[in-house]
Amino acid sequence: MGVSVPGEATTEGEPAPPIRSFVELIRSALAPVAGPLRSLEVDTRMLGMVGALAVIWIGFDIVSGGTFLSPRNLWNLSVQSASIGIMATGMVLIIVSRNIDLSVGSMLGFLGYTMAMFQSVWIPQNLGLGFEQPYTWVVTLILGIVLGAAIGGLQGFVVAFGGVPSFIVTLGGLLIWRGLIFRYAQGQTIAPLDTTFQMLGGGTVGTRIGALGDTLSWALGLVLCVAIVYAQITSRRRKRRYGFPVRPMWAEVLVGGVSCGVVLGTVLVANSYPLPPNVAEQVAQARGIPVPPGGIPTGIAFPVVIMLIVTLVVTFLATRRRFGRYVYAIGGNPEAAALAGINVRRTIMLTFALMGSLAAVSATVQTARLNAAVTSLGVQNELDVISAAVIGGTSFSGGIGTVPGAILGAVVMQSLRSGMVLLLVDSPTQDIVVGIVLVVAVGLDAVFRRRVT
Amino acid sequence: MISQQPSTPIAAPARVPLVALRDIQVSFGGVRAVAGVTMDLHAGEVVGVVGGNGAGKTTLMRTLSGARPPDAGQILVNGQPVAIGNPRDAKALGIETIYQTLALADNLDAPANVFLGRELTGAGSLNDAAMESATRKVIGRLNPNFKNFKTPVLRLSGGQRQAVAIARAIHFNARALIMDEPTAALGPAETAQVHALIRQLKSEGIGIFLVSHDIHDVFDLSERISVMYHGRLVGTVNKNDVTTDEVLGMIILGKPPTKLTSQELAGLHG
Repeated sequence: MGVSVPGEATTEGEPAPPIRSFVELIRSALAPVAGPLRSLEVDTRMLGMVGALAVIWIGFDIVSGGTFLSPRNLWNLSVQSASIGIMATGMVLIIVSRNIDLSVGSMLGFLGYTMAMFQSVWIPQNLGLGFEQPYTWVVTLILGIVLGAAIGGLQGFVVAFGGVPSFIVTLGGLLIWRGLIFRYAQGQTIAPLDTTFQMLGGGTVGTRIGALGDTLSWALGLVLCVAIVYAQITSRRRKRRYGFPVRPMWAEVLVGGVSCGVVLGTVLVANSYPLPPNVAEQVAQARGIPVPPGGIPTGIAFPVVIMLIVTLVVTFLATRRRFGRYVYAIGGNPEAAALAGINVRRTIMLTFALMGSLAAVSATVQTARLNAAVTSLGVQNELDVISAAVIGGTSFSGGIGTVPGAILGAVVMQSLRSGMVLLLVDSPTQDIVVGIVLVVAVGLDAVFRRRVT
Repeated sequence: MISQQPSTPIAAPARVPLVALRDIQVSFGGVRAVAGVTMDLHAGEVVGVVGGNGAGKTTLMRTLSGARPPDAGQILVNGQPVAIGNPRDAKALGIETIYQTLALADNLDAPANVFLGRELTGAGSLNDAAMESATRKVIGRLNPNFKNFKTPVLRLSGGQRQAVAIARAIHFNARALIMDEPTAALGPAETAQVHALIRQLKSEGIGIFLVSHDIHDVFDLSERISVMYHGRLVGTVNKNDVTTDEVLGMIILGKPPTKLTSQELAGLHG
């Protein structure tokens, strides 16, 4: 103590490298809004990501001549983001606890295949119960989730109790689950699937549509808005009760207003996307009404509803339950977590089990959308999922990352891909761009974090 | 070689000890880190545990905190043999530990660290407001200037981090406290605060094992001093019966004061 080591203070004297002065520039530019931002108590990192997304969206919209921000494209974007977003929520917890799951793509393929076999072969033929039973979709979904939890949990068990690094265990899983698909599918495609099950992919079968339609979409939007306001009121009350400072009223109203605005705006966009004319005609006929001049609104797609539910559930687990608290504690300092009496192994195993069941949910969305299970289902999904989590601010050094961030990361990734598809950019170039964005995003994040801490 | 193994500590009061470590052994591979150590701790008493680097102080204490169960030996709490297989067991018995590394999850805030593993819940979810409120109270006792209850403890100063670690140990009505180098990373003012706290806890009837390198701290705060040397207990002495030089001799030479020659003692200052 008290002995100053020569050279300890050299970092102070060094000329600021260009990237630092760039960061300083941004910080000083933001200085006037720093105070109000603090009263808003919003995550500035999240705000930065929303800003980046806005730039990407507006940029693509200009270059594509207004196609990118059309309801049709945004609706498709939301559906395309869902499958990766669902898995990214679980990947956040895995990476936060200093692990990795490389097997999610293969797990997804394996689970999707098994679920397809279950509903198209086992229930109707082996059990002789026939096709299109009302319960088929839900039994299949439950089976997939349970099986996903089991195989994810198995991997987690080997990681946590066997002491094998998760990179190795899940690399093994990547090969094993994919190998098993080829083994028992022998290259076959399983199709068609149960029609109710197909709805979960957001597609249409006859007059049945894999989306909420306009009324239910508005209802969902309103429910969410009520929930947002209710959460704000409860949080304020709780803080008041303990005499903690609360946000100024203007900040509270602004946060609530913006959140509800985003929710209702999303509903509005989804409802502005009409069903394809031939489907609309059938639907109108079935309802005994003429097709309205603007077409029949599609509404929020089921995969997006599923992603929303998953996001809420996993966010709740991550921030409001002991399990989540322990995941973050383990990521911050595994030894401290163990010394605090946390069952580290059990917690780690559970994160992998959760990841497995989320892979099953994504498998549902993907197979339902394809109306088939193919052997290549989920190939390379692990890379998209990990990228989404990392672009969304999850740190590989552990302990840092949020579920909503990962969803945003998934949307950013999918926006890039979707925008480049609109601009007819070929697939190798897309990969190059996404790769560069991934590295730059993480690099910028690291620089900002170093300045903050 | 000294083969003396005092089965009853010197000058121990006659009542049942709060915590008794009996013939504790811990080995790492072939290395015997703790080779049959016996120690007692009474309520309202501070026992200094001293020794050089690698003497086995921390390893011995870790058997009591549940971080590393002993390979052999017995732990008694209030005269009853207990099995401490993990930190949870120790905490359930009212044995709390402030680790030298502080053992904080750096990415979490102070309330989350104080309640880590013992979170307050309500209505099926964590009650962060209640935890923050309790944390404000307990840390306010230690350091009235502490304000950062929402920032990750990574961004706190050494003294503030120490306050969080101490708050975690004392909030749950500990009966016995293990403090491993509690002032090693602190400045003079903060050290004085910790000393005052130790005296206060002692007066509240808490038994404290104080592990320290600083012999003056130990003389200042403890009634009895246990000296370890290469995994063995050299001896437990009453503070008033020995000089600092004699304890230093025990630490460096591994011999009890009765076997230290005046020549050896003089050599310490050589």
